[in-house]
Amino acid sequence: MTKRNFLVLLAVLVIACALPFLVSNYRTFQLTLVLVYAIALLGLNILTGYSGQISLGHGAFYALGAYVTAILMDKAGVPYWATVPAAGAVCLVAGFLFGLPALRLEGLYLALATFALGVSMPQLLKYHHLEKWTGGVQGIVIAKPEAPAFFPWVGLPLNSDRWLYFFTLAVALLMFALAWNLLRGRVGRALVAIRDQHIAAEAMGVNGALYKSAAFGVSAMYTGVAGALGAIAVQFVAPDSFNIFLSIVLLVGIVVGGLASISGALYGALFIQFVPNIADEISKAAPWAIFGVFMIGFVYLMPTGVAGAIRLLLAKRRSP
Amino acid sequence: MLLEVKNLNAGYGQTRVLHGMDFAIEKGSITALLGANGAGKTTTLRALCAMVKTQGEVHFDGQRIDTRSTEDIVRLGVAHVPDGRGTFLNLSTEENLRLGAYTRRDRKAVDADLERVFGYFPRLRERRGQQAGTLSGGEQQMLAVSRALMLSPKLMLLDEPSFGLAPMLVKELFSILRDIREREGVSMMLVEQNAAMALDLADHAYLIETGRVVLSGTADTLKRDDSVRKAYLGY
Amino acid sequence: MEAFLHQVMAGLATGGIYASLALALVMIYQATHLVNFAQGELAMFSTYIAWSLINAGMPYWPAFLLTVGISFLLGVLIERIIIRPVENAPVLGVVTVFIALLVILNSVTGWIYTYTIKSFPSPFPKEMSLGKYMSPHELGAIGITLLVLAALYVFFRFTPLGLAMRAAAQNPVSSRLVGIRVGWMLALGWGLAAAVGAVAGMMVAPIVYLDPNMMGGILLYAFAAALVGGIDSPMGAVVGGFVVGVLENVLGAFVIGNELKLSVALVLIIGVLLVKPSGFFGKVHVSRV
Repeated sequence: MTKRNFLVLLAVLVIACALPFLVSNYRTFQLTLVLVYAIALLGLNILTGYSGQISLGHGAFYALGAYVTAILMDKAGVPYWATVPAAGAVCLVAGFLFGLPALRLEGLYLALATFALGVSMPQLLKYHHLEKWTGGVQGIVIAKPEAPAFFPWVGLPLNSDRWLYFFTLAVALLMFALAWNLLRGRVGRALVAIRDQHIAAEAMGVNGALYKSAAFGVSAMYTGVAGALGAIAVQFVAPDSFNIFLSIVLLVGIVVGGLASISGALYGALFIQFVPNIADEISKAAPWAIFGVFMIGFVYLMPTGVAGAIRLLLAKRRSP
Repeated sequence: MLLEVKNLNAGYGQTRVLHGMDFAIEKGSITALLGANGAGKTTTLRALCAMVKTQGEVHFDGQRIDTRSTEDIVRLGVAHVPDGRGTFLNLSTEENLRLGAYTRRDRKAVDADLERVFGYFPRLRERRGQQAGTLSGGEQQMLAVSRALMLSPKLMLLDEPSFGLAPMLVKELFSILRDIREREGVSMMLVEQNAAMALDLADHAYLIETGRVVLSGTADTLKRDDSVRKAYLGY
Repeated sequence: MEAFLHQVMAGLATGGIYASLALALVMIYQATHLVNFAQGELAMFSTYIAWSLINAGMPYWPAFLLTVGISFLLGVLIERIIIRPVENAPVLGVVTVFIALLVILNSVTGWIYTYTIKSFPSPFPKEMSLGKYMSPHELGAIGITLLVLAALYVFFRFTPLGLAMRAAAQNPVSSRLVGIRVGWMLALGWGLAAAVGAVAGMMVAPIVYLDPNMMGGILLYAFAAALVGGIDSPMGAVVGGFVVGVLENVLGAFVIGNELKLSVALVLIIGVLLVKPSGFFGKVHVSRV
């Protein structure tokens, strides 16, 4: 990483740590959700941006992660922080399994199959034979985690909202670092090779099938972890909050943020967390229509997303 | 002059293939465009039909066509038989032919032309209901030429009509082309790698190399030209 | 046995609707190699237009025809204005635009008409002598569906314009060379697809009641039908529609329960894509390196 990038990262980190002490509890909660979305978008980006596979059903993995957390906490009394890796593991396996057959499908067909997954998820969650576990239509309520007792020595007041924020931040940093490592190296190059010219990649010894399934698994894992963290933050899971619109929101996130970019996940997350509020103000009655217009606008005007646009701007500035 | 081309430049994306070509086609004549692989012959025909981006002037039948769209140029009476024949493989032979007459309004004349086309190529009449993709290479070439004829064109552009055909078939096809020119008065521009047969059929010829016209004249003149003989006629 | 037959008949009725929507999907796929994710919402929006007209006092069949006409225009406009600029964009961009369309139509409809469920009239008499296994509306829906499909078949097979549209879908380059304005053929295709979707919407609304989210599940079944039949085969779409309709009803009533009916679509889609991606009537595509 260049020195300049490192300094930027450090600055962002410092701001990120300072923010919860400067803003209201509600804002802190919103920022926590931004981090949650960023992790989910990073997952989707690994699949779509790097691996070139389109998923319109990632909301289903988010839901899966959220429900794993909720069920473990509610039925098995597992502490909240332990449910996160569990959710990740479950989604890794689920994603890999879904990805195995899915790797036979190209672009539009995969979009179709994942669309079907996304649309049918709420029905699956409401299935009455599973009600004992999933809580059916009512869902499950989760207890809000308390900030641990040994932190007050920091000197700053650390209520539950702030604690949750820092917990999520820590997980996010871990996930981002993991992705960074993965994508900068052989794995990332292999994925891009498969995405752009898969026959040539296979001819060079890259096992396309394995990489594509693994990509699906990893991307599902990320989104599942995000779902788990999201459930903890919101303290509630219910089938209807995980409908097709969640998958669409995630899609919007990576289109806006920018494909094949780690920073894009953050821009996208900021967009999907805060813009609906703005959209609400423009049109109280049809905020999604505004969202849709934004989506079309980005595809026409900024197809590489915010991250791509920034990259272009910086490149232009460097070469006169 | 039926067709006049001045300073034609054309290319694909960043690559320029034609560099300032000048040529002309007389009404009622058959003109051959010769050259090696990659010289720009196919690009020339595509440029005339606005299938690639062009610069320069193209005048057809007194009108400027370099700014028009392919569909409009077709309506002016230019029929293009593309390389690879461009057959509608999933449609029947007859449907392919009727599509050739898509822009025409005169139903009776179209039906008459269909009969005439079957007269030139009886084998197509036998296969009129058959799916075009199941026709042999030679039959598909006949179909492609016939489809162009169904437009009742003033000018036919043929891109490598001999490609992939046995020499007997090529002879047969070319003699029919001569026939068509005699009876219908259709002018033709023929792009060919098979220089010998093309020069036998054509009245005039142009030789192009890397997108430029390097030699022009009557077919006889080119047949006797030393460089053409050595490079393209093999003796 | 009687219950089984009843489910099969009901399945045929809804199957006709899936067949119509699947046909609309296949028409657009054939011409553009794109899947129109917004097909359902378009149909839903058209149905609301019909509802407005009927509510304003227009008798059913004039409203029906007018709605079909308006939907046709809407389809043409959407293709020319929104889809055309991204026709050659990368897949993700195109999918995003389709999804955006879906979202906008859904949201605008909810805004104009609210989310309260409305009832939509059926033009068919309430009682009929055949009423044992099928309601008059279900029978009528099948009838209308078959009529529309027959009309489309005649159009595509026997008219010059239909021929031109088929040609433009198969081979746009050669089509240009015979003077076909391929862009307009595409727009026409969209118009027809929208019109067919409108018919489907108006036939299904009396059964499931009118609400902005009514087509979501139906779209999924239509996708499944189109895939089962072969995404580039109109006949396959029709057969697939009836098959899916019957399967959904029979499995829902006797095997997995009504709650999980949508999962039938999901399993079908994934199953077909894995086992026979070209469907049962489609052509197998070999892509050259």
